[in-house]
Amino acid sequence: MIKAVMVMNTQGKPRLAKFFDFLPVEKQQELIRRVFGVLCSRPENVSNFIEAESIFGPDSRLVYNHFATLYFVVVFDSSENELAMLDLIQLLVQQTLERCFKNVCELDIVFNYSKIHTILDEIILGGQVLETRSTEIMRAVEEISKLEAATNAISFIPKSASSWLSR
Amino acid sequence: MGSQGGFYQSKEFLDLVKSIGEARSKAEEDRIVLNEIETLKRRISEPDIPKRKMKEYIIRLVYIEMLGHDASFGYIHAVKMTHDDSLLVKRTGYLAVTLFLNEDHDLIILIVNTIQKDLKSDNYLVVCAALNAVCKLINEETIPAVLPQVMELLAHPKEAVRKKAIMALHRFYQKSPSSVSHLVSNFRKRLCDNDPGVMGATLCPLFELIARDVNSYKDLVISFVSILKQVAERRLSKAYDYHQMPAPFIQIKLLKILALLGSGDKQASENMYTVVGDIFRKCDSSSNIGNAVLYECICCVSSIYPNPKLLESAADVISRFLKSDSHNLKYMGIDALGRLIKISPEIAEQHQLAVIDCLEDPDDTLKRKTFELLYKMTKSTNVEVIVDRMIDYMISINDNHYKTEIASRCVELAEQFAPSNQWFIQTMNRVFEHAGDLVNIKVAHNLMRLIAEGFGEDDDNADTKLRSSAVESYLRILGEPKLPSVFLQVICWVLGEYGTADGMFSASDITGKLCDVAEAYSNDETVKAYATTALMKIYAFEIAARRKVDMLPECQSLMEELLASHSTDLQQRAYELQAVIGLDAHAVACIMPSDASCEDIEVDRDLSFLNDYIQEAIEKGAQPYIPESERSGMLNISNFRNQDHHEASSHGLRFEAYELPKPAVQSRIPQTLIASTEIVPVPEPMYPRESYQTTMPSIPSDAGSAELKLRLEGVQKKWGRSTYTPATSTSNSTSQKTVNGTSQGDGASTVSSMRETYDSRKPQVEVSHEKQKLAASLFGGSSKTEKSPATGHKAAKASSHVVEKSHVPKSSLEVASEKATPAQQPPDLLDLGEPTATSTALQLDPFKQLEGLLDATEVASAVNGAPAASRSPDIMALYADTAAGIHNKNDADLLSGLSNPSVTNMPGTTAMPQVTQSSSKGPNPKDSLEKDALVRQMGVNPSSQNPNLFKDLLG
Repeated sequence: MIKAVMVMNTQGKPRLAKFFDFLPVEKQQELIRRVFGVLCSRPENVSNFIEAESIFGPDSRLVYNHFATLYFVVVFDSSENELAMLDLIQLLVQQTLERCFKNVCELDIVFNYSKIHTILDEIILGGQVLETRSTEIMRAVEEISKLEAATNAISFIPKSASSWLSR
Repeated sequence: MGSQGGFYQSKEFLDLVKSIGEARSKAEEDRIVLNEIETLKRRISEPDIPKRKMKEYIIRLVYIEMLGHDASFGYIHAVKMTHDDSLLVKRTGYLAVTLFLNEDHDLIILIVNTIQKDLKSDNYLVVCAALNAVCKLINEETIPAVLPQVMELLAHPKEAVRKKAIMALHRFYQKSPSSVSHLVSNFRKRLCDNDPGVMGATLCPLFELIARDVNSYKDLVISFVSILKQVAERRLSKAYDYHQMPAPFIQIKLLKILALLGSGDKQASENMYTVVGDIFRKCDSSSNIGNAVLYECICCVSSIYPNPKLLESAADVISRFLKSDSHNLKYMGIDALGRLIKISPEIAEQHQLAVIDCLEDPDDTLKRKTFELLYKMTKSTNVEVIVDRMIDYMISINDNHYKTEIASRCVELAEQFAPSNQWFIQTMNRVFEHAGDLVNIKVAHNLMRLIAEGFGEDDDNADTKLRSSAVESYLRILGEPKLPSVFLQVICWVLGEYGTADGMFSASDITGKLCDVAEAYSNDETVKAYATTALMKIYAFEIAARRKVDMLPECQSLMEELLASHSTDLQQRAYELQAVIGLDAHAVACIMPSDASCEDIEVDRDLSFLNDYIQEAIEKGAQPYIPESERSGMLNISNFRNQDHHEASSHGLRFEAYELPKPAVQSRIPQTLIASTEIVPVPEPMYPRESYQTTMPSIPSDAGSAELKLRLEGVQKKWGRSTYTPATSTSNSTSQKTVNGTSQGDGASTVSSMRETYDSRKPQVEVSHEKQKLAASLFGGSSKTEKSPATGHKAAKASSHVVEKSHVPKSSLEVASEKATPAQQPPDLLDLGEPTATSTALQLDPFKQLEGLLDATEVASAVNGAPAASRSPDIMALYADTAAGIHNKNDADLLSGLSNPSVTNMPGTTAMPQVTQSSSKGPNPKDSLEKDALVRQMGVNPSSQNPNLFKDLLG
């Protein structure tokens, strides 16, 4: 099962973090920091795999890929295939994000934070790879986008949060 | 451009992101974020916020939390958004709560209702959003609330919904298998879904189910094979193609499943050969995903019943991987090689140069993988080179986790394959020097034991030489600064036992060094304790040899310091040292016999040696011992004079544990002996109490190794006698063994199987001289293949040995634990018993075999209790002068008082059945051991998922 997907830039700033088992915020931050520490010490032209047991506990591997200013990282256990996970990153970046944003860059990911999450939810659910057809993923995302456009008319949330709380 | 795709964000958010991106320091970033939090806190609670705005605030909150700041004030707003009618708002709400909340969060209860409603929605996007949330937020308690809806969705017309419903059900299974165990058949049904995407999703839960219970799914082999065949033949629509590969992710999952189903099952495997062979042929090896499928094929081939043709294809792919320039492929190649050499060891040889290249690669991941491979192929001919390399690498890295792992592997290999004692000790020294604090303390105890026992055989001369060389090397190493504590303990112990044994070094040399150690590492109490005990031994040996003892001034000052130490342990050791020095040669020789650390010790359970003493005490007017069954209430330990007084005062010291029913326990008495004998040599009033307290809590939990360990530590501290140190170490390691037993056993058995089948090969191709040399030392050599019958014999021998040794009756619990852990030991043992490995003695040593087989307590008692018991007359005599009449009486009472409570306190409920069962269950452990040996002889390793059942056939 996939344990986490992270996107961070080459300065170590997290751009997206999705943990499939809940972790407290502090722990997430620590893991991101440690992963970045390992990533930035990797020389050029080496494999995309890292044994991550010292960071994520027993039976965990890590695959990363470097695109422009971003690292895409997937953490998973022995029930997944390293090369396939590498391709999953490719699928996410080159076949989905590229199509969504045309020349995807770091800013796209930051500004479209919720959309990236939507895309990821389509690909991975509950830590399992659910969909790998980029056309399907795109279609699902488009449908949601359309909906968003349709509800652009301004509406108000009827009750204030406080009154709702006191219910 | 930021708003492409309709996921609109406001200018404010862009500004926030931008300013954070431009922040030059962490402090500046924090300031910006805190500012933002303030703004959001204010805005979010304003009434009548437009939905769009609200959605954006929540996204900003999520973003802030990702940066590591607390956004919990907004959780409730996110929860509220999930209740909204607008899908847009609802989706955002669900996204936020899945990121914010864990499944046990208080707010979940507010969402469950909404989820229930949304799962029934007509809009499939709403359903999908709810299913996403279900996967993340539903815990064991809330599963029943949504389970019916999720089950209905398995038949939803939209395939996207069915897929997600399957995943949700899988998630439920992961969280609480029992809650959905009656529903797992649905996964089978969905396997026949007419949408390949849904079928593919079903493979995930099925993989997990099959991994847990292979046998119930054997009937699906044919289905899986035919699905895989159809996928590989491109029967699926083009949409499933990925880089010209037909549905590679589905192929990979299927291959993984087949690997599980075919493992050790010839019939099932035969169904798979054709399709796997086809994939080998058809797979496009130029794309990354193609190689992923190929790698999965190799994994499958190495797991199922071997087929020569497939193995050949696998070997071809491996060599392609290893020859590739891509580090990723090399990595996969090395990993695949490690899998394949288990069944066809000869393929390692043709890749030896590639392997050595990987070993020198700058890529750390690849290097580690290669070390893993080397570890798997270590045998006695190449152990020196491999361990040497591993240690070099270990020294070069900083990652403690991995350092620990390599260190323990080095130790394991060295223990198994050591070509000579000299080498073994040198290797251990290196490991300890560079990773001493990371290795298991047990390793240190093993090393001490090895040095103490020598290498079996009757060659005392060799043992003496070994010890001398150890002493010599340790005296040299002591010059190094900052040695790890564990290593210092070994050094102190060895110097104490054997420092003066060969006469090369004088007592003052050794004691001087020991004092230096105690001084240099003055804040490490354990080292100081070891050093003190070592000093006592040196002096005791001197006294016993009737030589004049001159205490060095630094030693005297050390003793003065320790006599006033805050640590009672150190203090006691110092007092003992003082006492021993004052005794005459004969008494010292009894207390501290030379080189007796591994003598067998007999326990006198009836304490018959005390009879005279008791008789004498009774004659002097002491109260006779009242057997526990004849007493009521509890005993006042320290001062009870008559029955009445006792009854009256007993209330002050009552512990509820005394009230438990009293079992008539015969076999348990040794335990009480530990406690009681302890107080005999040093009749200080605080001791009985203390030892009693340490004993008490641990006894009830026979199985709890952690607690046992606790108690044993107490014992060690109490004892502090140098001669018994090894005994203490045994008991310590016993408890550790129980903890690590399983994994160690596994490792050992794989290694031994590797070694058995791995054969050495012919000369190699031409390459650079140096590499060739290395290759030759790694892969070459002329070791003979060991046949497994020999192994079986050894195992049987080892186990029977064990049974002989374990004359202490076993309780049912022990039998259970024997099945759980020590059943794995025999490979360990037999590896050591191997004739080529000189470390035979180490492995055959009785303590080790006793470990795990006997209840740790009993080991401890057998070892600890006895010497004191048999020797205490002397000591008693020594103290007799000081002991007044009343004192004597108390002593006797003390003994009885101590022995009885602990008997009583043994969990009446658990102890009783154990004891009664022990007689009837006696033969069982033997049976199970023999069975185990037999199973091993047949080559089945019950602990691994892929038994090397067919090793012999291929060998």
